[in-house]
Amino acid sequence: MQYSKMSVSDFIKESKDGNIDTKDFYSKFFEETENIQKKYNYFVTISKKDAEKEIDKLDRKTRLSGLPVSVKDNICTKGIKSTAGSKILKNYIPPFDATAISRGKQNGSIIIGKTVQDEFGFGTFSTYSAYGIPKNPIDTTRSCGGSSGGAGGFTKTINMPHIAIGESTGGSISCPAAFCGVVGLTPTYGRVSRYGLIDYANSLDKIGPISKTVKDSALMLSLIAGKDPLDQTSIQEDTYDFTKYTGKDIKGMKIGIPNEYFNNIDKDVEKKVRNAISQLEELGAKTLDITLPTTEYAIPAYYIIATVEASTNLAKYCGMRYGAQDEIKGHFTEYFSTTRGKYLGDEAKRRVILGTYARMAGYRDQYYLKALKVRTKIIEDFKKAFNKVDVLATPTMPMIAPKFSEIEKLTPVETYAMDILTVGPNLAGIPMISVPCGTSKEMPVGLHLLGNHKEEGKIIQIADAFERL
Amino acid sequence: MTERIEKVANIARLELTAEEKKNFEKDLDNILDSFKKLEKIDTTNTEPTFQPVEVKNIMRKDKIETSLKQKDALKNAKDIEEGYFKGPKAI
Repeated sequence: MQYSKMSVSDFIKESKDGNIDTKDFYSKFFEETENIQKKYNYFVTISKKDAEKEIDKLDRKTRLSGLPVSVKDNICTKGIKSTAGSKILKNYIPPFDATAISRGKQNGSIIIGKTVQDEFGFGTFSTYSAYGIPKNPIDTTRSCGGSSGGAGGFTKTINMPHIAIGESTGGSISCPAAFCGVVGLTPTYGRVSRYGLIDYANSLDKIGPISKTVKDSALMLSLIAGKDPLDQTSIQEDTYDFTKYTGKDIKGMKIGIPNEYFNNIDKDVEKKVRNAISQLEELGAKTLDITLPTTEYAIPAYYIIATVEASTNLAKYCGMRYGAQDEIKGHFTEYFSTTRGKYLGDEAKRRVILGTYARMAGYRDQYYLKALKVRTKIIEDFKKAFNKVDVLATPTMPMIAPKFSEIEKLTPVETYAMDILTVGPNLAGIPMISVPCGTSKEMPVGLHLLGNHKEEGKIIQIADAFERL
Repeated sequence: MTERIEKVANIARLELTAEEKKNFEKDLDNILDSFKKLEKIDTTNTEPTFQPVEVKNIMRKDKIETSLKQKDALKNAKDIEEGYFKGPKAI
């Protein structure tokens, strides 16, 4: 059987019908993956041996029926090294699966490896990875985006059925999806359990799929979503079958166009996104200009809240129990400080310092508390908009994937500014999907659709209709 | 001129080289400067949002459930003695 260019749904159908020799399929899949790895560096770990064990136990009647799934390295996978892209977790082998992973396995997914990311998710270009930098599938002198860069790049490059599981805190699913030309679905905060996720910022982290098509992401979300007693913030609500929103028309749906999200955007990127919006109008959607006046405050609010939470989360990495452990000597403060200084990367240190500072006595009200109040205002802006429209449409990123030579020149403040279109929706915990909408200088451009809390269905419906054009 | 960074790094238990201290001092200045923008927005009567989607307190029955076995919990630790992991001297 010919596996290249086979869609996820064809794979599942053929596998259920017993038409796929799973061992033969996976031998080809791993051969292809190894070849891709040599050129692009999308994986921290390729877990071929573990996959072979799982294949032996596979129940073909399951929903995914043996589909290859890659997992971002900050999501715990039992028996497979999970480093979150950090040297401080260089040998960490989780003794348990994250809930999203165990749900995937119950549905017949086969974990094929752990994808490269910025350390703990701290980055926009995957250049802060401790395990090599993933290269853009279309132009290897450019970034895949971040922080789920390996997931985005591999999803685009692999010519066989596959879905990636990524994670977003401030845009880490949407950004690589846009830069690599694939689909990235960030669900509502709490839709997918965070149990087993190596935290960046607890009030912001969301696990979600990256895939070649909208339908594939909708399928994966349906399987991994749902209430989990192990995550108290997971949404107490029946889980939907999100695939039922695909294949529908979008006549009469209202799409808001937030003016602020088109300021300071690369002109050609703007053109491609506006063209896409016109195409949605031709499909019968109505558009409405919307204003989100708090947009300019999203970057500082996000970077304060995210780094404050990160600085407390990273306190557990102290060179004991797991991860990097040196010979124990000296007083505990000295040992912890030395270990952390030695194994945390540059951007991790920068964010720990920033977050620690912003919650220190004397600065807490000025920075942290202020940012949390601004977050309330940002959410109110979105809620007002969703009283008038079903979804919002914007560019995903303000530019195409930059070259590594350009990224090197950016200061931290300039790098953070690149997240202007994604941090607002992420602060609000609303669902979003990035779908390819053409190219600029041969590089992919992403259309970003934002929905109200728990309304993944609407963004999936519009993204799917657009994709079928 | 790196006293501020030294204080923060000490609280964060982070050993930094002289060069890192110098660079992070500059970065912190620039980043905090860019955060000044927040002073422009009035939040007098606004409550802070700690969680973007409201959740209620959830209780579970006070019943022992299966958890990670001690052996598995210690699998990643390098220094173990009699079922405990070892750390540096605290006092």
